[in-house]
Amino acid sequence: MDAVLDVLTNPYYIQVMTMVGISLIAALGLHLITGITGQFSFGHAAFVSIGAYASALLTIHLHLPFILSMLAGGLAAALCGILLGYPSLRLTGDYLGITTLGFGEIVRVVFINMKITGGASGLTGIPRETNIFIVYVVVVLTIWGMYRIQNSRFGRALTAIREDEIAAETMGINTLLYKIKSFAIGTFFAGISGSLFAHMMQYLNPADFGFSRSFEILNFVVLGGLGSIPGTILGTVVLSLAPEFLRFVQEYRMLIYGALMVFMMIFRPNGLLGGVDVVRLLRSCLARLKVRRAS
Amino acid sequence: MLLQQLVNGLTLGTTYALIALGYTMVYGIIQLINFAHGEVYMIGAFVGLIMVAVYKVNFFLAMLVAMAVCVPLAVLIERVAYRPLRKSTRLAPLISALGVSIFLQTLVTLIKGSPNPLAFPQVIQDTVYVLGPVKFSTIQVIILVVASLLMVFLQFIVKYTKVGKAMRATSEDYETAGLMGINVNSIVSFTFALGAALAAAGGVLVGMYFNSVHPFMGVSVGLKSFCAAVVGGIGSIPGAMLGGIFIGIVEVLGVAAGFDTYKEAIAFGLLILVLLFRPTGLLGLPIQRKV
Repeated sequence: MDAVLDVLTNPYYIQVMTMVGISLIAALGLHLITGITGQFSFGHAAFVSIGAYASALLTIHLHLPFILSMLAGGLAAALCGILLGYPSLRLTGDYLGITTLGFGEIVRVVFINMKITGGASGLTGIPRETNIFIVYVVVVLTIWGMYRIQNSRFGRALTAIREDEIAAETMGINTLLYKIKSFAIGTFFAGISGSLFAHMMQYLNPADFGFSRSFEILNFVVLGGLGSIPGTILGTVVLSLAPEFLRFVQEYRMLIYGALMVFMMIFRPNGLLGGVDVVRLLRSCLARLKVRRAS
Repeated sequence: MLLQQLVNGLTLGTTYALIALGYTMVYGIIQLINFAHGEVYMIGAFVGLIMVAVYKVNFFLAMLVAMAVCVPLAVLIERVAYRPLRKSTRLAPLISALGVSIFLQTLVTLIKGSPNPLAFPQVIQDTVYVLGPVKFSTIQVIILVVASLLMVFLQFIVKYTKVGKAMRATSEDYETAGLMGINVNSIVSFTFALGAALAAAGGVLVGMYFNSVHPFMGVSVGLKSFCAAVVGGIGSIPGAMLGGIFIGIVEVLGVAAGFDTYKEAIAFGLLILVLLFRPTGLLGLPIQRKV
């Protein structure tokens, strides 16, 4: 019991767990775009940074309450998502991925060059508003929202687009509109995640939102199991904690991380929980337990 | 002034083109964005540097050694990280490629001891040739000549040899090519080998041109060369050359026009603009949608 309490009150663990929650919100946003709608986005970190900077500037200069600036951060990211999505979602597959990758790099360079964002030396003086409770309330709301979206008519249309875009169009789905909506919702959550990040770190630097961060978020979604919410959660938790657990190998950390990515893909190309229906799995486990108890 | 910038842009652009060719050939055959290609280029630069600095060999010999090291490396990467994933979803080999890329960057950093850049020894007497209003340095001349020779050689292989014909067939239709008796696996390996040889040569040339070699040099150049391949029309070999030179020239002109702080974004801005108006690049064929 003492050990549990120790873990729960240790500031280092709380910090790590808060970061996991923040990454999870961004990853769930990408899950909707890539996992459900099947659209490649290699620039997700750019939307996180847009939300982070927008909300941080609002709290610093306009002293907005945190909830409002967080929503504004999400909306700013979603607006940029729509502006990028409208022309580029006409492109298919890899071309969309490349455009988002390019957009991500452009956003980073623009933030380095802007005066109001503090440029390359970063933005300081952001008040600390985020704590682990707020983060996990938002995480739960995000997961709930994602399940609601996935199991709605809208969500089924998005899945239809992922499975076969031409067939979906033939069935009367306005694919461009639906893809833009999915992109807007996904980038909105990226922005929310960024706002929480800004008000936890109290410091923002464009270098933290480069394309390697975008690919890290993509890793969360793909390695856990593309298209599955439990998979995305598992991927985010495992991959966010992996660098912490690999600290003992020190400088070999990234070497092992890179090799792990390759081996995970070779042995589980659909991700850890790819093709596994977690709810059904739990149910069958419970049923088996009941049978055993009865006999 | 403008003409001078064009020459500088052309030099930079041909190095982008050399690397872009590897991206475009691999994409043309197995539709994979080979993110580890930038790391092959970086390792080529390191091998060239070691040959010149430690073993004091001739610059051209160093380039050949770099190519000889990178070719088996790229074939090995394909064998280990991509071949088992050829039939899985599109994102799986992509993540695997990123894993290879992180692995190689860290490996080189560990072997070298630090991520700081190393200077390339000045092995070539740098004289400046004046041709009317433009100046060429020896290094620029070497880059332009070597890169052009390599590209002509590549065109020859692809257009006039049996293995080149097999490459074109495989990129047109992977499965049918296999049914016609082409050993598609060895063609894929051969494509990776060709791309790696060009990237290694590019690495040594760029290392010498910018006088700096470091473990993360493949990231930015790799991404920009990839942009070049897409701008030219991915899968098209002349497209990669055109795209590389186009991006090199626009980048140098952009910096000269005062946008030097935006240097890293120029290639991507150009990429998005080109894709909006020509969704498959300058020389790419339109995508056919089949039901």
